[in-house]
Amino acid sequence: MNKNQQHRNANEVLVKVENLSKKFCKDLKAGLWYGAKDLLSNVSSNTHARELRPKEFWAVKDVSFELRRGECLGLIGHNGAGKSTLLKILNGLINPDAGKVTIKGRVGSLIELGAGFNPILSGRENIYNNGAIIGLTRQEIDSKLEEIIDFAEIHEFIDMPVQHYSSGMKVRLGFAVAAQMKPDVLIIDEVLAVGDVGFRAKCFNVMSELAKSCAIIFVSHSMPLIGRICTTGILLKNGVIVEHGDINQVIYEYSIQYENKYEKVVGEMTPTIYKVKLSKDVIDYDEDLTIYFSFQFPKDFTKVVLHYSVIDQEMKTVYQSYSISDGKFYEIINGELKASFTIKNVDLTNGKYFINIGVIKNNFNGKNICRVDGAASFVVGGSKYNSFGSIVKRTVWNN
Amino acid sequence: MPLETRIYQKENNISFLKLLKASLKDVYGSRFLAKQLTIRDIKARYRQSYFGFLWAFIMPLTTAFIWVFLNGTGTVKLSDTGIPYPVYAFSGTLIWSIITGAINAPLSSTKSAKGIMSKINFPKEALILSGIYKLLFDSSIKIVVLLAFVIIYGVGFHWSLLWFPVALLGVILFGVTIGLFITPLGMLYNDISKLITMGLGFVMYVTPVVYAIPKTGLMKTIMSYNPLTALILTSRDVVVGTTTGFFNYFIIIGLLCIPLLFFGLVFYRISIPVIVERA
Repeated sequence: MNKNQQHRNANEVLVKVENLSKKFCKDLKAGLWYGAKDLLSNVSSNTHARELRPKEFWAVKDVSFELRRGECLGLIGHNGAGKSTLLKILNGLINPDAGKVTIKGRVGSLIELGAGFNPILSGRENIYNNGAIIGLTRQEIDSKLEEIIDFAEIHEFIDMPVQHYSSGMKVRLGFAVAAQMKPDVLIIDEVLAVGDVGFRAKCFNVMSELAKSCAIIFVSHSMPLIGRICTTGILLKNGVIVEHGDINQVIYEYSIQYENKYEKVVGEMTPTIYKVKLSKDVIDYDEDLTIYFSFQFPKDFTKVVLHYSVIDQEMKTVYQSYSISDGKFYEIINGELKASFTIKNVDLTNGKYFINIGVIKNNFNGKNICRVDGAASFVVGGSKYNSFGSIVKRTVWNN
Repeated sequence: MPLETRIYQKENNISFLKLLKASLKDVYGSRFLAKQLTIRDIKARYRQSYFGFLWAFIMPLTTAFIWVFLNGTGTVKLSDTGIPYPVYAFSGTLIWSIITGAINAPLSSTKSAKGIMSKINFPKEALILSGIYKLLFDSSIKIVVLLAFVIIYGVGFHWSLLWFPVALLGVILFGVTIGLFITPLGMLYNDISKLITMGLGFVMYVTPVVYAIPKTGLMKTIMSYNPLTALILTSRDVVVGTTTGFFNYFIIIGLLCIPLLFFGLVFYRISIPVIVERA
């Protein structure tokens, strides 16, 4: 019986969002005026359904989901998709215009680290200021003080005014205090983007530890991070849920609708005309990909080296190859370079990728004649190997 | 232990009493936060200042000095105040500065927390409470200076002085109640705080701050009805041991302010989400 109870508790729904909508105003003056009117209608408990007034739009529209203890929901979407608005409603900072949010337990947020810091006061004093604002009691802070200072790794500077801290130190101190929260529901908005690698790893560990015992709602533009932490995901577009479910599927949907063409040409010579074509725009991870292209130059070269690199969504180079490594050279005749190359087994995880193509003179240290960044893009989909890494490696599992 | 459940939805049809109860619970629950914010602001204020506490009473002191000068040189002719004029003027400007401080406290402490209000959910009542704490701190410095005046000018000690904390409480209660009602709109429009500053500048001259109520005339009528008159005169009475007959009015104001304060707290509470969204 008791065990049964515990089991149910571990799976209880902590966050329930039903048909939530929120509107915003595009115009400051009109927004203030609506605000003044809302102040009055608040008093008279206006229960009419809210409709859009002039210059208003739905920042969040008809959003519903549930979140249980132990689950982590990734909120994904372009800038202005309504993620932060949704978080503010969940955090109880602003009221919805329609729908309902039910949250059980203590809510913690990692949205602004170091809130309430006063720059003139010392780190130690500010631990108390920040701790009080995020809802810790005096006793909690007193007993955790050493732990906080340890975590932030700023022993020798703890009595120095915070205004002389580096921005990294401030964030470390802020996170160290926030890490003492014992929330049931944790709301995280892009806070881990700052700080050095070692500290990010530490934060990640804290979050993984918290994730076991609470429900997390996580907003980030870093897909690898979302993929590692989250169990389910929601893709928002213009305030509406367009995809909701398994996090890998949601990330995939997000990546293929990502329209950022970052085409850019660098090098000492700009091709007047270039054409790039792929054998397929959507491929499987174990398929080959052939890239056909032709460049038009004002000058001829007899022996040039081709190279290409595959770039992921995070603008990270996944792999790169030079034709010279395989002893292959090309020629630019009558100003034209026309060639193709085939990538054997792209071996990539699901997502969208860009290809950079470059032409260099015939040695490794040669300068780029030209390099076309983002010359083409392709999508890898349908892989059964969901992986947090960039590469899918086929593995033989021996006995 | 059952988990606390929060529900956020559009309708504000929760009863007044429930809101009031929640508000008072947050006032009580946010004592540590309020104290922390107060310590933070006071420390920061004085750590980066050379003259420190002097700033708490230098403004009312200079205003009083100007009037003492005007009166002493015969530039303006004021009727007899019954006590040494410097004591009258300084007690007036001091109590006046406490009243204006109380009226401005909710708005200014809410404004200073605008940045974190849109990021973190904490009991906003702590801002009001910390505003009052800061006010009490400043007032206590002013009162020490006032007592020094009283002794220097030989007004002497009166047992009625023991009532001063009660009078001060009435003054702060009145000011904070008004402040709570202007805060929501004041957060949206900067005009409000400018209007308040300007308005109070006028009101000071229809309040017996630096001169007594005239015996007859329109000014006498205005001043007699002005609730601030009762606050100033009664507070001054208990310090210098006079009676001006505004005690009953003072009590009525104090009693009226208690339910109004509750309305103010509820109005503040339901206005916060609108402020966070718009301001």
